[in-house]
Amino acid sequence: MAGSGPVSSASFRPLSVGPPNLADVTAPAPANAVPSPAPGPAADEGLARRLRALACTAPLHDLDTRKANLAGEYSVYAMAEVALSAIDLVTLNMDFDTGADHDQIVARLVPRIAAQAPRRPAAEHERVARWVLENLINVGSVDRGFRAVYGTFGPDGSYVRRDYDFKLIEEVPGYGGGVYLRTTDEAVNVLVGALDTDVTSAQIAAEVKLEVLIRRGRLADAQLAAEQARYRTVQYSETLRRALDATRRNVRAVDWLEAVPDMIAEALDHVADRYRHENAILTNIRKARDEAEDQEHKRRAAELVDIVKDCIRRHTQLQSRLLEAGPLFRAEQDRQAFAPPAARAGLDLYGQLVAPVLPLPVEQALRVTDAFFARGAGLRTPSAVRVGDLVDLLLTPPLEREHLGAVMPEPDLVATPDDSRFSEEQLAAAMELLDLEHDAPRRLSGLLAEARKRDPELPYLVALLAVHAASPPVGTAYRQGEPKLLFAVDDGMELDDREFGGADLIVGTALLDAVGMAADRAEAT
Amino acid sequence: MNDHHPDAAPWGEPDARPAPVTPADAADAARLVSFGLQPKLQPARDTEYTELLRRYREDAPFARIADAVATGLGLVVLEVSPRAGMAVTAAEDSVFAVRMGDYARRASSDAGDRFLHGLAHLAVAAMAFPRPEDLADDGYIGRVTVNGVDAFVRQACRRLEERAEEHGENTDPASDAPGLEAAWRIWARRSSTGATKDARRLAGSTTGIVAKAVAFLTDSGFLQRTGDDSGGTYRTTARYQLQVRDMAGSAAMAELLDLGVVPVTDGSASLLPAEADGDLELAAGAGLPFHASERP
Repeated sequence: MAGSGPVSSASFRPLSVGPPNLADVTAPAPANAVPSPAPGPAADEGLARRLRALACTAPLHDLDTRKANLAGEYSVYAMAEVALSAIDLVTLNMDFDTGADHDQIVARLVPRIAAQAPRRPAAEHERVARWVLENLINVGSVDRGFRAVYGTFGPDGSYVRRDYDFKLIEEVPGYGGGVYLRTTDEAVNVLVGALDTDVTSAQIAAEVKLEVLIRRGRLADAQLAAEQARYRTVQYSETLRRALDATRRNVRAVDWLEAVPDMIAEALDHVADRYRHENAILTNIRKARDEAEDQEHKRRAAELVDIVKDCIRRHTQLQSRLLEAGPLFRAEQDRQAFAPPAARAGLDLYGQLVAPVLPLPVEQALRVTDAFFARGAGLRTPSAVRVGDLVDLLLTPPLEREHLGAVMPEPDLVATPDDSRFSEEQLAAAMELLDLEHDAPRRLSGLLAEARKRDPELPYLVALLAVHAASPPVGTAYRQGEPKLLFAVDDGMELDDREFGGADLIVGTALLDAVGMAADRAEAT
Repeated sequence: MNDHHPDAAPWGEPDARPAPVTPADAADAARLVSFGLQPKLQPARDTEYTELLRRYREDAPFARIADAVATGLGLVVLEVSPRAGMAVTAAEDSVFAVRMGDYARRASSDAGDRFLHGLAHLAVAAMAFPRPEDLADDGYIGRVTVNGVDAFVRQACRRLEERAEEHGENTDPASDAPGLEAAWRIWARRSSTGATKDARRLAGSTTGIVAKAVAFLTDSGFLQRTGDDSGGTYRTTARYQLQVRDMAGSAAMAELLDLGVVPVTDGSASLLPAEADGDLELAAGAGLPFHASERP
């Protein structure tokens, strides 16, 4: 064993009875009958994996231990619970390109924290949420991560302490320079559930289970299964996002002959399949929701509808990404592969430098990167100081600064003439006229006649507003959560008026479901 | 400016042989080198610079003086051309050389940080010139983004991590020997960004480190900022290509060969699929190609 190289020895399975040359090992080996304290690297590996899994939970326990050190009485809060729910929230809110928004996660955590200590001020609840989130990121450390130390036996029986570095929630750059949160694989695997399985098969199993559960009316279990299915959906899109990212960087970095087309075909099949499936489930649950007598049942069914809707949304997003992949490849192919060949061969920076350097021990890799830096960073002209300037500079008294700064000159304001076509009063009158009951729409002709009685200018404004109402700003009203909206419809009737022509519009007010829209908006973000 | 001063000739010989060098010529040559020391200055924007460049290319004795002035100052002349100008760079011990300790304070004490800063520069170059043809082609203009460079290195790190897992290796470093930790792990475990109180980029994060590198290269006249997307987008200049091709790349390669690592390629781009790009962890001392090259 001592003679074999490191590669072959690592692949040895531990032998229950050691080969005869074990006696060569310098450490006094225990008698063969006694189980060795060092069962060898392979058996140790399982232990190491569990130790690492255990380490991932340590930061959560640590929160409950350390809450006593916070200034103030924080022992009422169950920090581990808040932390786990924070990880769940981040996982669920992760999107394709960005992660979850920091403030949004805090906002969604607050209700749970408030429920733990309802009498405490809201500011304290938010402080707890931020404290937990910051500790999950581990803001204080340079790497913004955690490190656990564990021991393993090496192939030669020596005991080695190793550092395990991991993150639970990491910060990633998003659009417009923003910072978003993502949960790491460690957090998803250990804390969200043992999801380290074949994504596709696990998802199919979960969906089948879900369908059965719904049919039997066991909604509590069904909700659990649906949530698990959603975690898997998220994980699936994560895998795909990474593959597409690599494609965008370099065509040759990805196998476009087989691997990627296969993956895309598989993913498209998956999306089509899931879409059908989830729509079927949705119909099923909607029925369950509408037919349920029990309030609790109704609520659970409604939650399920939301979850499945979210799944469908994620699938649609996945699909649009998949469709973009082909054109992207072709464009890059045109640019990269069909250019005329270069006259001389250049240095392959990735293949000949970056790739070989990364697996080296950092001590050696440092020599290469140092060499590159020293000759690749360019030059700097050193700044020279003249003694004469220095003396002047040192002898100059510091500039006295006024505490409040210079006096601001009084701005010279010129009154701009009011050139509006209509006055504020006219607008108010028109709005009053158009403030219709929601179930009593009126003809434009009637409104114009009424307006003309008040003010000869007013009909123009009313007509203008009515024409605008023919294309009501629904999107704006939705975003701003307006309770009602003015609309106008043309039913073919001609307008008979001495000043205006066109259609005699029916003008009415539509009531909007402000509460529902707010909920929709929250869901969409 | 470039007129020969009639009285400056120290000995009044007739011009049967090449015009002797005058102090005015030396001044012009030094002036050209001083233009080269302002890397952001574009030759096309300055008539005097353009004129001196023309003279360098046409007047061989003048070119020799300019080269001598540069060498005496501790500079290496990479190229003198209308597109790159007088492209000079600092020799190793020159006063113009940039030292890592001055570049980033933490890097002088912490080997990990030092490596991250160096790798950031290497990765920017690798992203700017992804294929050997791009580095060789004088007309090529590379484009990099800060977030793109970080993602690119992370992808390479992830590939190594997956490979190590496939082989069942334990890559967690021994606690008492941090220098033996695999280099990719240093990048992988550093967070890529981070929220700060004053909404600036977290300097110690990998995007912060890459941003510092590109900002520095921009000051060196190697990159030009073109936009703010993806943490900042940049395009390369002719000088950067020269610097990477003729100086940095070969120096780093020499260091790598010295370590006994011989990267084998057949001259084509090696950014290949994960399964097919051969073994990244080349055995020490392996000098022979693992696979026959397809090109002569």
